[in-house]
Amino acid sequence: MSSKSVPPTAPIVFRDATSESPLLKAGLIAVAAVFLALVLFLPLAAVFSEALRRGPTAALAALSEADALAAIRLTVTVALISVPLNLVFGVSAAWAIAKFDFKGKTFLITLIDLPFSVSPVIAGLVYILLFGTGSLFAPYMQSAGVQILFAVPGVVLATIFVTFPFVARELIPLMQDQGTGDEEAALSLGASGWQTFRLVTLPNIKWGLLYGVLLCNARAMGEFGAVSVVSGRLRGETVTMPLQVEILYNEYNFVAAFAVASVLALLALLTLGLKALLEQVYGRNHTGSSKH
Amino acid sequence: MNLHIRGIRKDFDRFAALDGVSLDIASGELIALLGPSGSGKTTLLRLIAGLDFPTDGSVFFGEEDASRKSVQERNIGFVFQHYALFRHMTVAENIGFGLKVRPSRERLSRTEIRARAKKLLELVQLPGLENRYPAQLSGGQRQRVALARALAVEPRILLLDEPFGALDAQVRRDLRRWLRDIHDTTGHTSVFVTHDQEEALELADRLVVMNKGRIEQIGTADEIYDEPVSPFVYSFIGESSQLPVRIVNGEIWLEDRTIGLRTHDQSNSEGAFYFRPHDVDILDGCGGCLAGTVLSSRRVAGTRRVELAIGGPQHRVEIDLPADHPAATRSRIAFRPKHWKVFAERS
Amino acid sequence: MTTVLSTRWRWRSSNVIPGFGITFGFTLFYLSLVVLIPLACLGWRAASLGGADLASLGSDPRVLSALATSFWTAFAAAAVNVVFGLIVAWVMVRYRFPGRRLLDAAVDLPFALPTAVAGIALTAIYAPNGWIGQFLQPYGLRIAYTPLGIVIALVFIGLPFVVRTVQPVMEELNRDVEEAAATLGASRLQTLFRVVLPSLAPALLTGFALSLGRGVGEYGSVIFIAGNIPYVSEIAPLLIVMRLEEYNYAAATAIGSIMLSLSFLVLLLINLIQAWSRRRFGHVL
Repeated sequence: MSSKSVPPTAPIVFRDATSESPLLKAGLIAVAAVFLALVLFLPLAAVFSEALRRGPTAALAALSEADALAAIRLTVTVALISVPLNLVFGVSAAWAIAKFDFKGKTFLITLIDLPFSVSPVIAGLVYILLFGTGSLFAPYMQSAGVQILFAVPGVVLATIFVTFPFVARELIPLMQDQGTGDEEAALSLGASGWQTFRLVTLPNIKWGLLYGVLLCNARAMGEFGAVSVVSGRLRGETVTMPLQVEILYNEYNFVAAFAVASVLALLALLTLGLKALLEQVYGRNHTGSSKH
Repeated sequence: MNLHIRGIRKDFDRFAALDGVSLDIASGELIALLGPSGSGKTTLLRLIAGLDFPTDGSVFFGEEDASRKSVQERNIGFVFQHYALFRHMTVAENIGFGLKVRPSRERLSRTEIRARAKKLLELVQLPGLENRYPAQLSGGQRQRVALARALAVEPRILLLDEPFGALDAQVRRDLRRWLRDIHDTTGHTSVFVTHDQEEALELADRLVVMNKGRIEQIGTADEIYDEPVSPFVYSFIGESSQLPVRIVNGEIWLEDRTIGLRTHDQSNSEGAFYFRPHDVDILDGCGGCLAGTVLSSRRVAGTRRVELAIGGPQHRVEIDLPADHPAATRSRIAFRPKHWKVFAERS
Repeated sequence: MTTVLSTRWRWRSSNVIPGFGITFGFTLFYLSLVVLIPLACLGWRAASLGGADLASLGSDPRVLSALATSFWTAFAAAAVNVVFGLIVAWVMVRYRFPGRRLLDAAVDLPFALPTAVAGIALTAIYAPNGWIGQFLQPYGLRIAYTPLGIVIALVFIGLPFVVRTVQPVMEELNRDVEEAAATLGASRLQTLFRVVLPSLAPALLTGFALSLGRGVGEYGSVIFIAGNIPYVSEIAPLLIVMRLEEYNYAAATAIGSIMLSLSFLVLLLINLIQAWSRRRFGHVL
């Protein structure tokens, strides 16, 4: 079937049937860009610009105040306690849920997600009701001399509550997708349960795990509502960085407030950068739900 | 509606998906585009539909140059391999969609659209399913609804992209017959793409065999099967055995001996010799025929499929024997193809 | 032996993988300790208040006003986010343009940025002498220290919930469905509004509910910009904090339990949307 040569026609440029006109396309991109600029980029710029309003020295001076340093120390301490605990919980919950079939699994997942849908203020409130005056535990703790509320343990507990689901939420869908084939193969080759987890499961989930830890840590360091309820705001003792921001702001010490805030903002940017990197490494599809 | 395709070329990035494709389809014909994956058959179908646009060449619907029209203006019906039903709409809403999106002055009333949908559902033998959602239908039912939806807009040409590709073998066979019936009832000019030759041979008035962006052969099932014009068509359609031969003064030689067959081709050249395994005469012995050592023998339904090594282990062919043929017990079998073809190598 | 085992009703189907007991046990233990017991304590305290007390504390006009403010501002913000989140997600899934990856990464900023930081930053922008506020001031338009300011803060907080819920569903959309609409004569806009948008509806509704749920309970980003004027721009979580600072645990419990019930309603709503979507369209979001 040789074709007769056809006189060249003027090339006709048609849009393919599933795309919008260039004008509409440009318009939508513009709307999205302007909206994101207003809602996301402008506040971020405001944080740094307000911190540097009196120059970098003023901002650095505000950060080297004893209270600011104490707040940074406490924030790191709280994260160092709560993130590993939630990490262990997340791995353990994901193992039980993803590798086994049992009744009520969906309900258990809903319960694990619960802290996401509870107001952070209520997270603080429940611990006040649990340990505060007039509560069931108050008399015992008083006699034992244990102080939970308006002390570091309360701050840690509130933080654990609000960051509770992060690691589990990331790992459960990931491990469900991976199924049990690899583990069964390892066991059939004579590996022990612990060896199977360490040598087979862990390498498969390490990126998802890191991703969950990253988000968990960001929230742990940045939590405000729950912590503010149980902290008591004892300067240099129970004030985390977000609380320090609030205190300074309410004292009209704006430069100092924004200086501390910009450290938190840098942390957020670092988190986003690492998150983007992780997504590139192991693909968005494996990064779980991102609903938190 | 006649369909004429003139010198179509389609480039994707730097490779030509279609190259110099021309084709004439008469009104009311049912045409199969058949070829392996990557042969350009689906691309050709999408170009006819207006879902893609050719780099060069044109598509005529009758006298009208359709290449300058968008898919919406072409008024074709397109059936997708994976149905592409709107899953948030009921079956009736799916079928009525094409009528509903018309400009208001051409639009039928709601009740008329509903009535048309009901009628089409009867045509595709799914009466009473108007209010189901696609998720509640079987694969075969979905494809019937997809066809009803394509027919609802009274298309000038019906295009089907691997319409049965996603279905089970049994459902495929049923739907094949059903599609032929629908075609005979409605008389639409239809083009369907398939990689399944059985489907193409059984269903189509004419077949268009494609390979590597070009049309290899156009013809009826008989023409394509009995008179393949190229080695590709011979081996792609039906079963075939092949031997490398030499043509010397019209005589066909396999290595150092003649096989007792002559061709009109007088050019002295290398060539490829093709025959169908079932289309052979078994001989008791021969001088000047094909003979080989039995490598394996398998019972395939009503016949026995024998693999032979001819003139050394590198030339292997298959032939079919009647199941009870005495030759089956021999270790060496001689035969002569009844129909065969030799393609001289173009050098 | 196997037949006996398999005919018996079992809570968990057996497999060879070890560690169920310890991981499941630890999960339940930790979940109870951190989440269930504290939440149950709130329920118990609310119950021990008694119906009459709960009703009178909950129907205090200031409480009702704060609850209403929290709810309608969250509703408005979720609505804004559905519209713009849809556009943002579409642009990022379907178009290729310079800066797309940056925008995509930035959508998660509200997840990563501490709410207090967002709160003071938004106030710096929308206060009457702020970056944008100063241009609106001459026209008598005030954003900070009004309910409008709350809506803006909640738009910031809720945006990623909508985008990240809709985005994966958009990525899974079959192009051939859009092509089918085109072959049937639908214009691009008709295809977008009649075919694409309806199939995104369950995801959009879920995103709306998530944004709403988060907005109702939001505290940190709101209190700086809201101005916290009773009966005008005072939100329910702030009222809980104030009652706690007054050691009025009964009132705090009453408001808290109402809010918790609201959260459960939203959670129920999301589950209903997903069940409906699964039944109707044969797939989960």
